[in-house]
Amino acid sequence: MSTAIVQTAMVEVAVGERAVVEVAVGEQWFPVVPYDSLVPGRGVAALVDGEQIALYRDRTGTVHAVGNRDPFSGAYVLSRGLLGSRDGVPVVLSPMYKQAFDLRTGVCLDEDETPDGTPATLPVWPVRTNSPSPQGS
Amino acid sequence: MTHTQESSRKLVLIGHGMVGQRFLEAFAERGGHAPAWQITVLTEEPRPAYDRVHLTSWFSGTSADELSLWEPEFGDKHGIDLRLGDPATAVDRTARTVTSRSGEVFPYDALVLATGSYPFVPPVPGHDAPGCFVYRTIEDLEAIRAAADTARVGAVVGGGLLGLEAAGALRAMGLETHVVEFAPRLMALQVDDGGGAVLREKIQELGVTVHTGAGTQTVETTADGTVTGMVLSNGATVDTDLVVFSAGVRPRDQLARDCGLPVGERGGITVDANCRTEDPAVWAIGECALAVDGRVYGLVAPGYAMAETVAKQLTDEQGEFTGADLSTKLKLLGVDVASFGDAHGTTPDSLEVLYANSREGVYKKLVIGADGALLGGVLVGDTESYDLLRPLALSGAPLTAPPEQLVLPASIGAAPGPIALPDEAVVCSCHNVTKGAIRSAVADTGCTDVPAVKKCTRAGTGCGSCVKFLTTLVNDELAAQGVELSRGLCAHFDLTRAEIYEIVRVKGITTFARLIDEHGTPGSGLSEGCEICKPVVGSVLASLSPALGDGVSGHILDGEQAALQDTNDHFLANLQRNGSYSVVPRIPGGEVTPAGLITIGEIARDFGLYTKITGGQRIDMFGASVDQLPLIWRRLVDAGFESGHAYGKSLRTVKSCVGQTWCRYGVQDSVALAIELELRYRGLRAPHKLKSAVSGCARECAEARSKDFGVIATSSGWNLYVGGNGGMTPRHADLLLTDADHSTLLRTIDRFLMFYIRTADRLERTAPWIERMEDGLDHLRAVIVEDSLGICADLDALMSRHVSSYEDEWRATLDDPDRLARFVSFVNAPGTPDPTIRFVPERDQIRPADTFGETFVAGATLGVRSLV
Repeated sequence: MSTAIVQTAMVEVAVGERAVVEVAVGEQWFPVVPYDSLVPGRGVAALVDGEQIALYRDRTGTVHAVGNRDPFSGAYVLSRGLLGSRDGVPVVLSPMYKQAFDLRTGVCLDEDETPDGTPATLPVWPVRTNSPSPQGS
Repeated sequence: MTHTQESSRKLVLIGHGMVGQRFLEAFAERGGHAPAWQITVLTEEPRPAYDRVHLTSWFSGTSADELSLWEPEFGDKHGIDLRLGDPATAVDRTARTVTSRSGEVFPYDALVLATGSYPFVPPVPGHDAPGCFVYRTIEDLEAIRAAADTARVGAVVGGGLLGLEAAGALRAMGLETHVVEFAPRLMALQVDDGGGAVLREKIQELGVTVHTGAGTQTVETTADGTVTGMVLSNGATVDTDLVVFSAGVRPRDQLARDCGLPVGERGGITVDANCRTEDPAVWAIGECALAVDGRVYGLVAPGYAMAETVAKQLTDEQGEFTGADLSTKLKLLGVDVASFGDAHGTTPDSLEVLYANSREGVYKKLVIGADGALLGGVLVGDTESYDLLRPLALSGAPLTAPPEQLVLPASIGAAPGPIALPDEAVVCSCHNVTKGAIRSAVADTGCTDVPAVKKCTRAGTGCGSCVKFLTTLVNDELAAQGVELSRGLCAHFDLTRAEIYEIVRVKGITTFARLIDEHGTPGSGLSEGCEICKPVVGSVLASLSPALGDGVSGHILDGEQAALQDTNDHFLANLQRNGSYSVVPRIPGGEVTPAGLITIGEIARDFGLYTKITGGQRIDMFGASVDQLPLIWRRLVDAGFESGHAYGKSLRTVKSCVGQTWCRYGVQDSVALAIELELRYRGLRAPHKLKSAVSGCARECAEARSKDFGVIATSSGWNLYVGGNGGMTPRHADLLLTDADHSTLLRTIDRFLMFYIRTADRLERTAPWIERMEDGLDHLRAVIVEDSLGICADLDALMSRHVSSYEDEWRATLDDPDRLARFVSFVNAPGTPDPTIRFVPERDQIRPADTFGETFVAGATLGVRSLV
């Protein structure tokens, strides 16, 4: 368990306070939100280049970006889901009907298809934390 | 459709009872539906198939709709033409047509007769008087209830299974009840003399008068046909106002007789092992059929097996029905009764092992074969061992334990578990699943819990009576595989909710991080937790926050706690299907001023919200976006409203009737008490939601007995009921206090709630929590009324801290810019509403838009702006 603390601490030291989370849509990186405004274990929704993107920061400090649309309900709510880990896989649970999605791949771990037959997979975007001053704090 | 009607084969089913419906389901499951088959169902009753096995529950409030086994979508989906109230009147086997009462003629390629049976009414004088009834259909029950309104005494003719059910119903309607049975004992088919004697004893204790060895000679009536009594064959007379005949059933085989199909000597349409009649195009199933083993089966399980048999053949599979096990286990008038296998010891050279305890009202008999194998038995008063004994008897395997050990009470001889069963023993008789198949599901297929085994083998998915036994079996097998069983919450905590509560309380833990690091399963320290453990810990921290002091914030949106809450708690509102939220202000006791109503109306109008009155006596406003929630609540809070906690696992409402203040019948001020209770327990976080109600008199208009805690006024105080439930598994609350004064009432509810919060499982409501306790209500009373565990002072202190530290979550949120910051649709574009939340008009209000083809209306007439 000491690993957890070290790892969390490492990330926090590495990214500093003024670091900004950026998401790549197409070829371009877009700055979205200050890293330290993200609450560990929760998500936010962002509008990036016309896309609704759900951003999460997990307990280890890693940031994930997936589509905000829940393919099972069609509602744009995934940013409001709980984060969890299932067999070591970081997941978000849809707040609507509670399916789990792998945050790294967008793949739904509970069902392969939505009721209308489309694949139950979320789009995933590359994320980076742009840290202007690594020793910031 | 691309096919022609001519290409369909035509199936006619006559009779739509439980067996007929099961046949349709089994047939459709195997592809027996449109377009390949054109199915017509003719039925005499005015309603589709319903659960006749649980018919008696109609008297205790289960509606005809709830008993129904038919969903219109099922019929639509499979193209089934169901003709209610239009029974078949003739079958022409040469032309292959059926004529119905309305005169319509239906051609068939296959005909299935599921006409069931009719109650046998002995042809004694007076048997057809208006006060005489049978017990077969919902209409029969309606007639009995109507007659019972003006009756004082009721008599049931027939002391079998159904007769005792009918007696229970009469007794529950407040009638002085008699049972008249021709045989020398009750339930003559199932139990023996010893078991019948114990059963009779127990039933008489309930106030039912039992006459055995007595036939009905005459039903006596006045000149206008009103029933006044019965004369029995032993000369005795019974004064009674109504008579229910439940003296057995006879197969309804008239249609078959009329068209020349062979029937048995004592009735029943003769069928072969395929359930086929002499005519290869005609089948008969259920109670109207005389099976190949020479029996007419009056139980539903064999009927279902016959239905499956025919469904298989019609879809080109093999299917046979050669006989069925007549074992039964049931609860009659509160008495457990079971019989299985050769219950009457008819096997030559069989022996009996008996245990009888008339003080406890327990009787057990095992029939043992000459070779030492268990053949059958009778159990009355204690049927706990039925699940083990029945498969043991049916398997025919020799016993591995001495038989006397099998009948002794658990406290004396440790009863052997499922391990004593041979692999061939059938554990789930609905789906014919053996112990071996279940073991193999664990050992070979890799199922690791009961749900997986159910899915894999279908065991336990029929009547469900074997689930408890199945659980023991699966756990034993897992243990044998070396799998360690966890009672724990999830992969991250090998602890129950109650254990987590105690750890947090005793160690003063205030964060999820510390809890999972110190008490999580190995390796979970790094992880995020999951949807199971996070909200549980969030709820426990919130329940205990007044007691934990400064270490944990009382506000559920603060710090790390924010990450633990489910979406509804996180936004202090209830998520709806299109991503919008509902807003529910608290209206304590359902009492609201005209000014309050106007305020709610104005807010809903200004924000374009849909409004609806809830079942909990308050007003829901739907269609708010995340951005609008703080704006709506600012106005509500300013007008004196506060959070109704509709989103939380916490107290919802305390419903009330208008009470003594206005009502002519009220004996106490139920509104004042309801408001007091709602304000006292508002915001209390619990393992599940809590509902309550207060009724001002015994008429119970507030429906207090369907609540977790309900109060009913008496002329000298309050009666407290606990553990009620509405919804999917309704349960009437149990009486805990009688004529309590105000302070005793509050103190007892305080302790009840705190004890529940402390010891219940995750998402366990008070009803199953009480049922799970050993000794149930008695234990609860001992703990919270008599303080048997010495914890009442603790419970009282916890509640008093809750009451004194309550703060409205919405007011606290509005006062804090940090907490408000999350109420935006987009973190990088505050002020931009979510464009996907759209509404269309319906009945002068809004509803979520279903498709993009619909015309949208604006959600709000007020713009969205930030409050901070």
